[in-house]
Amino acid sequence: MAQPNQFCTFYLDKLMFGVDLLKVQEVIRYLELTEIPLAPRVVSGLMNLRGQIVTGIDLRRRLEMEDRPEGTFPMNVVIRSGGGAVSLLVDEIGDVIEVEEDSFEPPPETLQGKVREVILGVHKLDKKLLHVLDTDKACETSERSETALVEG
Amino acid sequence: MDDLIKEFLVESNENLDRLDSELVKLESDPSSQELLSSIFRTIHTIKGSCGFLGFAKLEKVAHAGESLLSRLRDGKISLTPEITTGLLAMVDAIRTMLGAIQSTEQDGEEVYPDLIETLKRLQLTPEEAGAKPQSPPAASEGPKKGSPESAKGGKNGGKTPEKSPAETASSSRSDSAATPPRDPAEDNAAAAHGHEETRASGAPSETIRVEVHLLDRLMNLVGELVLTRNQITQYSARQNDANLATPTQQLNLLTSELQEEVMKTRMQPISNIFDKFPRVVRDVGMSLGKQVQIEMEGKETELDKSLLEAVKDPLTHIVRNSVDHGIEMPEQRIAADKRPEGHLKLRACHEGGQVLVEISDDGAGIDVVRVRNKAVERGLITAQQGAHMTEREILNMIFLPGFSTAEKVTNISGRGVGMDVVKTNIDRINGSVELQSRAGKGTTVKIKIPLTLAIVRAVIVQSNGRRFAIPQVSIQELVRLDGDNVQSEIEQVHGVPVYRIRGRLLPLVYLSKELKLKKNVAVGNQQDDAANIVVLQADDHLFGLVVDEINDSEEIVVKPLSNQLKGTKVFAGATIMGDGKVALILDVVGLAQSASILTESREYALADKSDELLETESQDQSEKETFLLFSGPDDGRMALPLSLLARLEEFPASMVEKSGNEWVVQYRGKILPLIRLDIVLEERRTRLRHKVKNVEPDPLQVLVCHDAGRTLGIIVERILDIVEDRALIKSPATREGVQHAVVINDRITELLDVPAIQRIAEENRSLSHEHAEVID
Repeated sequence: MAQPNQFCTFYLDKLMFGVDLLKVQEVIRYLELTEIPLAPRVVSGLMNLRGQIVTGIDLRRRLEMEDRPEGTFPMNVVIRSGGGAVSLLVDEIGDVIEVEEDSFEPPPETLQGKVREVILGVHKLDKKLLHVLDTDKACETSERSETALVEG
Repeated sequence: MDDLIKEFLVESNENLDRLDSELVKLESDPSSQELLSSIFRTIHTIKGSCGFLGFAKLEKVAHAGESLLSRLRDGKISLTPEITTGLLAMVDAIRTMLGAIQSTEQDGEEVYPDLIETLKRLQLTPEEAGAKPQSPPAASEGPKKGSPESAKGGKNGGKTPEKSPAETASSSRSDSAATPPRDPAEDNAAAAHGHEETRASGAPSETIRVEVHLLDRLMNLVGELVLTRNQITQYSARQNDANLATPTQQLNLLTSELQEEVMKTRMQPISNIFDKFPRVVRDVGMSLGKQVQIEMEGKETELDKSLLEAVKDPLTHIVRNSVDHGIEMPEQRIAADKRPEGHLKLRACHEGGQVLVEISDDGAGIDVVRVRNKAVERGLITAQQGAHMTEREILNMIFLPGFSTAEKVTNISGRGVGMDVVKTNIDRINGSVELQSRAGKGTTVKIKIPLTLAIVRAVIVQSNGRRFAIPQVSIQELVRLDGDNVQSEIEQVHGVPVYRIRGRLLPLVYLSKELKLKKNVAVGNQQDDAANIVVLQADDHLFGLVVDEINDSEEIVVKPLSNQLKGTKVFAGATIMGDGKVALILDVVGLAQSASILTESREYALADKSDELLETESQDQSEKETFLLFSGPDDGRMALPLSLLARLEEFPASMVEKSGNEWVVQYRGKILPLIRLDIVLEERRTRLRHKVKNVEPDPLQVLVCHDAGRTLGIIVERILDIVEDRALIKSPATREGVQHAVVINDRITELLDVPAIQRIAEENRSLSHEHAEVID
């Protein structure tokens, strides 16, 4: 599969991330979330996107980062996924950027743990690194992958 | 033309189009089990349908093809171009016959002996075929008239004129994008052939076919409109402008109406499917020499169109299966002491926010041992695994692909396609299938279909400032307790909150605790002022859900939860409220399970305990009773059926009065006689107990019972629990006042005999007099 070369970028705690532009349905400002009791921690709630119910995934939690400081509101990167639209909650939206294929490198061995399955690698940009996310994995909650293992 | 036939034609034509491409795909990927299964199912469906529609010739052709496919699927033979050609020829033959059915309602004169012969020959393995003369290459086994086109893979064979009417039918159906693009030549052929009468035959209809996709889109648009409407309404309310207010109100009404109507477009009653079954049952029954009576309930239950479509085939399969395998031949039934005609019951209803469809027969049931053996034989499980599986697990193996316990493959079923198709189709719409069977008694298949996109009436409740929707179908009643009554009316049974409702104890579940909701500071701490109890029914159990507030009831559109939330059993979905916010819909059954009102094991008790039940057949198996457990004198475990119990009361010892030689309390303006079990019941221990304890428990725990028009209170040591049990294992009572000893929750428990106790109490009055004096 050809590597995507256009990314929708966004920031989480100063780090730059990107997802394949073709998977992004839209980017929108903060929408009110309805919390879901008993849901996995990663799922921050449900939002109403013009009549469509979209599950919000807190990407910071998914990537095992610190929670967003209180009083700040996340932005939504709405992803088309198999089971309906899912929104990734991020701190800030960046530009759409185009990258060269040869600037890509897989994650270093020292990146371990659950995060490794979500981060496909990085593109070396001029001054920073663009973390490329596996959107499907990012939309999975840990609970989900556990059940998938059991079923498989 | 019969609706049934019309639908069959439309559906089969669609299926055939798909078959063409699938067969070709299969040729390039012969090992794909998925493709093979799909092709097999399609042919199976066509064959099955024509079976009950009475198209014997068509059925024969399809049957031959199916047998060939089944050999392929089982890996007995492998795919060769010859086989593909043969199968394609069969597709063409079926198509031709469908054309004939379209124009004449008969499946034509042609019987295709050559094709059937070819298909049969192809079934043989090379070894088996060895003795027989080797067949000519593919080109010469033209289907039917050996038309030259068929040699080219048979794909174009359908271009014969006979096909055109069928094509006409399906293209007149709609110009939807879903119908594959057609070769213009075919349409020309159709026109040229001039089956104008078939075109004209469609009477001016009052309905049109619309793509479901379009309805979905409409629904979403209406959703957006509603939100915009709400914004305008809010704005208008602030403006205080009469010129704006009037049109706003109008907009308000129109939008609501529009929303309602658009939602309705997608709903159809399940009778659309159910109404076809009597004929299916009759025809299948007739062909097998069985008599079957069909009973239907809840036909008006409405389901979303797409769901209805999705469950149609599975339901048909199950019904046919029930008649074919489930219900026995009349002679066997008579021998088994049953009425000669079998009974098949279809039931549909809304339950716990889902649509429940139950198909039960009173046939032979499923032999668990045979299923297990078959599974081992087929290599699906090892013998060791089999030995460890529960009955329910074994029964559910019926849903595995290629599984059939039928001794012989009949025309109707037994190839083992049925149940796995059922499961696949139901799974696809997020439903569930469950099988309950008792050997000799019958089988019940329960299908639960989620209300995806369906509209339900729901009551909106609030807890800790959060809104939840509860499907109204599960709500029995609403109870509101005012501030002062909350403390006194909600009682505790050993720490478990209960509420008395018409003489029965209703276990209470606090929504905020169950969902671990955080206290919402903004709402403040007003929970204790009043309690709202929503009395819910989950399966057969009632329980009360305590919430902070009960709001309106409204129609909501159920939207499914995404995959990330599939593990959350307590929610059935989500919905968008009038103000545009999202609210979660509670799954009453899931909630009951999470609150241990229902336990999984209890749910399946019927299946698991069937052996035990057969032995105690005289016992009505469904009768589970709820008992109040308490400790009697000497710490003995005792129980009383909850149905006899009116109330649980606590009386301070100081309230007990002596009236004559009876113990009484004033209770609700009446005098309630109290009975002390330690006096009434015969001494159990060999060692004498203390005549009377000097220190009476204070307060006294009293069970208030009604018996034969009298009310009496029984003083017990301690109330333990409320349990539900069948209390099957009994042993005769060892002392008077006890009905018998039963095993409840694995412990021996004495069941009180209230009338006997009352009798003894009366006889013992003089005795109790003595004790009463001691108390004084």
